[in-house]
Amino acid sequence: MNRFPEKQTAITGIGMSEISRGASKSALGLTIDAALAAIEDAGLSRDDIDGMATWPGDRGDGTGMSDVGIPALQDALRLELGWYSNASETAGQFGALFNAIGAIAAGYCRHVLLFRTMYEASARKTGFVNALNKPGDRVFGPFQWFAPYHAYAPVFQQAPMFNLYAHRSGMTDEQRAWIAVTQRKNAGLNPNAVFRDPITVDDFLASPVLCTPARLLDCDVHIDGSTAIILSHVDAAKETAHPVTRIEAVGCSMRYRNSWVQLEPFDIQCQPKVAEDMFNRTDLTIDDVDMGQLYNGFSFHTINWLENLGVCERYGAKDFIDGGHNIALDGAFPINTDGGAMSAGRMHAYGQVHEAVTQLRGDAGARQVPNDPKVAVMTTAGGPLAGAFILVRD
Amino acid sequence: MTETSEFPLRPLPALTKDTEAFWTGGKDGQLLIEQCDRCAYYIHPPTGFCPQCESRDTHFQPVSGKGRLLSFSINHRKWMPELPERYVLGIVTLAEQEEVRLVCNVVNCDPDAVEFDMPVKVLFEEQDGCWVPLFEPDGDAT
Repeated sequence: MNRFPEKQTAITGIGMSEISRGASKSALGLTIDAALAAIEDAGLSRDDIDGMATWPGDRGDGTGMSDVGIPALQDALRLELGWYSNASETAGQFGALFNAIGAIAAGYCRHVLLFRTMYEASARKTGFVNALNKPGDRVFGPFQWFAPYHAYAPVFQQAPMFNLYAHRSGMTDEQRAWIAVTQRKNAGLNPNAVFRDPITVDDFLASPVLCTPARLLDCDVHIDGSTAIILSHVDAAKETAHPVTRIEAVGCSMRYRNSWVQLEPFDIQCQPKVAEDMFNRTDLTIDDVDMGQLYNGFSFHTINWLENLGVCERYGAKDFIDGGHNIALDGAFPINTDGGAMSAGRMHAYGQVHEAVTQLRGDAGARQVPNDPKVAVMTTAGGPLAGAFILVRD
Repeated sequence: MTETSEFPLRPLPALTKDTEAFWTGGKDGQLLIEQCDRCAYYIHPPTGFCPQCESRDTHFQPVSGKGRLLSFSINHRKWMPELPERYVLGIVTLAEQEEVRLVCNVVNCDPDAVEFDMPVKVLFEEQDGCWVPLFEPDGDAT
């Protein structure tokens, strides 16, 4: 066996439901749409699927953050599985994929159906959801340390990280705007994106400050939708319909304090060691990577990843993104080519995987990155959550 | 009276055998941080285990309540009707040991006057048996 078992796995199928700001069908219905599309895309049938994984699993709280888990989808599709796992305490949203690699390497299964379903657009129309807590709550878990301080929205809870980064890096709002502006331009070329009208730097500067330094246009946009991915053993992948997009390396470590408060380094989040560990598992360097599909729950996550992957130097992102040329579709390092979570919609990292596979197959149409891209890096999450992997078309 | 009197009820942490001392020390005006009996390392959040010397013998030590503001954010959004628009979420590093960080609201201060690395000192606000540590500018600091 290869020392790095991820190299024996490939993404063979991708599927996505309709993405909207208010779906006409249930969260489970959207998930079935995405799952069937991914199975068909891989040239497989339901009988071939022998593993399932998701992040973070059914929360049973109706907040739309994760309303569909493995049991509901397994039963709906009547799948027979050799292995399954949800995974909420892992290296960010891709933890489900990292676990699936292990399951394939262990021989538990050959074709894993991964999915991530969001129903936040609908849920937010009916209640005060997606808040960390509410007045009068008694709070357990990692957010108990923020509980008494009226930090209800994740953007406010994370804003001290962002503010320290802005302070230390000297990045201006005008420079930061290029993340939102560039992604919106990409979304204009993506028929499935929820926000497609172009925006300018002035539009960004006119968008309201939520909590310093974060503005509304620094945030991802809540949607209803589901993404599904088929991860297969490479031997089985060779029989499927598309060019093989193989997992080259993963970063899934936790060599830092897993705390939103005590995390060091605070301003650049926990990403540096995860990126380093990923590159230690491959002969590729960042110079070999053709594009990044980088987490952008908030624009600061994306900015941090650009530096922590080594695309630019520490605190050099302000110059790298300024003007948007370097991160454009035809730039030195195109990012979030479908519009990302801030414009295509908050598929919560799994939209990024769908887009990377689409790009590496050369199927991205008007938004296709030029010059036959073969290597993409995907990253996820902020604060003490980080995961990353490299996908390669040989 | 502090600026915080106009706020709705604070959500509160669920107290445990590890955290109760921290959240109730303000009853006696004390900021209590868990400390290792053997090597004097401050352990936060409290766990009853010293990651420096592996001792299980710890106690809660009253500290100065002074520190510096590592970072902060000024809220501008009315997240719910009862909330004021402007208030400050801060992360304070403790004077006794820099890697001990506490979340807080910075109060008794114009939000726009809050600065990075600002000297601050603790005060407490009681609600439902919880003495919530808050921080305010420390005018005596040099």
